[in-house]
Amino acid sequence: MRKVIADHVVEDIHYPVEGNYIIRLKSHVNIPPVKPGNFAQLLINNSPDVFLRRPFSILNVDYKKRIISFYVKIIGKGTGQLGKYKKGDKVNAIYPLGNSFSIPGLGNKALLVGGGSGIAPFILLAKELRKNNIRTTFLLGGKSKKNILLTEEFEKYGEVLFTTEDGSLGEKGLITDHSIFQSAHFDFDKIYTCGPEPMMKTIGKIARQRSINCEVSLENKMACGFGACLCCVTETVEGNKRVCMEGPVFNVNFLKWQI
Amino acid sequence: MADMNVKIHNLEFKNPVTTASGTFGFGVEFEDFIDLNLLGGIFVKGLTLKNREGNPYPRMAETASGMLNVVGLQNKGVDYFIENIYPVIKNYDTHIIANINGSTIEEYIGVAEKLNDLEKIPAIELNISCPNVKQGGMLFGTSCRSAIAVTDAIRKVYKKTLIVKLSPNVTDIAEIAKAVEGAGADAVSLINTLLGMAVNAETRRPLLSTVTGGLSGPAVKPVALRMVWQVYNAIKIPVFGIGGIMNATDAIEFILAGATAVQIGTANFIDPQVSIKIINGIEEYMNHHNIKSVKDLIGALEI
Repeated sequence: MRKVIADHVVEDIHYPVEGNYIIRLKSHVNIPPVKPGNFAQLLINNSPDVFLRRPFSILNVDYKKRIISFYVKIIGKGTGQLGKYKKGDKVNAIYPLGNSFSIPGLGNKALLVGGGSGIAPFILLAKELRKNNIRTTFLLGGKSKKNILLTEEFEKYGEVLFTTEDGSLGEKGLITDHSIFQSAHFDFDKIYTCGPEPMMKTIGKIARQRSINCEVSLENKMACGFGACLCCVTETVEGNKRVCMEGPVFNVNFLKWQI
Repeated sequence: MADMNVKIHNLEFKNPVTTASGTFGFGVEFEDFIDLNLLGGIFVKGLTLKNREGNPYPRMAETASGMLNVVGLQNKGVDYFIENIYPVIKNYDTHIIANINGSTIEEYIGVAEKLNDLEKIPAIELNISCPNVKQGGMLFGTSCRSAIAVTDAIRKVYKKTLIVKLSPNVTDIAEIAKAVEGAGADAVSLINTLLGMAVNAETRRPLLSTVTGGLSGPAVKPVALRMVWQVYNAIKIPVFGIGGIMNATDAIEFILAGATAVQIGTANFIDPQVSIKIINGIEEYMNHHNIKSVKDLIGALEI
């Protein structure tokens, strides 16, 4: 898979809820094939404050219109500055980076568990799962109803379940406490999870207890994103591995998580 | 046409732009972005005698105009390099230079001896300046006595071009440079990273797993330039200038201060094509100023 580095311009940016935005970038060259789980390194403005690129999961791609989009939660200076970009502003991007989610066999059932901006890679994953005839259930969690985004999009691909901390949508509580995990019909062959690490660890533990194949997507800090700096490593059963190359997607049993 | 050739010891470089060890992997990581054959040289990721896992995560913290790292020489060892990586990269039409490390002089010797017979590795860079390992590394580069001891030991076993990479974490870098010159180094490269640290005020915790780490990027450039100039004036062997070079102008500044060639480091992370842009930029500068050979710029600082 060949990586490209190319200037893009902001097509549009909108805030479905305060502190979270979807930014769409238009490329002047053809967008290479992007797989679910791949990420991009965006050069925000290379100022003294935001010196390095920032990695973002790829939300969606329109190959025909050459548009690539990202769902960003503002967590610091980089995500804050990018959130102020306007239509026509230039953003240099490198992608596709990293590995991708693996797709189970025909007729399998998959559960996608996403918290907060962790849902970002799930649109491309849902498309790929549908292509392979995988029955897909989404379990999405957040603080409140307004923090759970893209639900109509996910509903196109399967059943969608919710948890919110204030009970404004779906079950009240943490995503990891959803009743589906206690259900007698919990018969998934594969679980994918992306979001805060404590959530992924709990989901990973549930999957391990039930011997279900589980893949997690990590978000370690990185400098380059293409395998050179060795800053983003995570401990695995085979030693330190780069999240940007051997990841960001790992089978939970490959990681040295104490769960 | 501007003449971009420079000479380090008995090695001709097609241009003065090389990539710094630890910032360029083994070159292959950049194949999608640039034609590696255009580079003056590639300093590959630091090698040790045995596999090293490096330091725990987090290994990196962004700072104002720079970054701190504590990778800690993660690599699979020199034998793995010779068997698996060297065959892949040996046909690049550029100088592949191995960066070697050790916790003891014996380990350095072990690595150097194994690299002696690799036809397409014309030089080694003896790293006596890594700040991110508990034993060896920078400890060898911060006193004249230990710098001489390790340089002398490697000089005795290594037949080809020997470059010694110096630490800026010293009182007088020119003294160390003179010491390694006396011990048989053919060139020096400087600076390695400056020891630094970063703190999260909210959590009261350090941002790096090992608390302190190596600072690189434009934040260190003025210090690096000063040290290159001091070393250039103190020794006769050539200097590789390193430290926060982001563009051709930065590279030219280092050459004017006395560097025969430069190494591009942290900038590779931000723009994987930057090394080629710097080569082109130096050429444009020379054409614009009607300079026939880049050699005429080395140490041409007017005071």
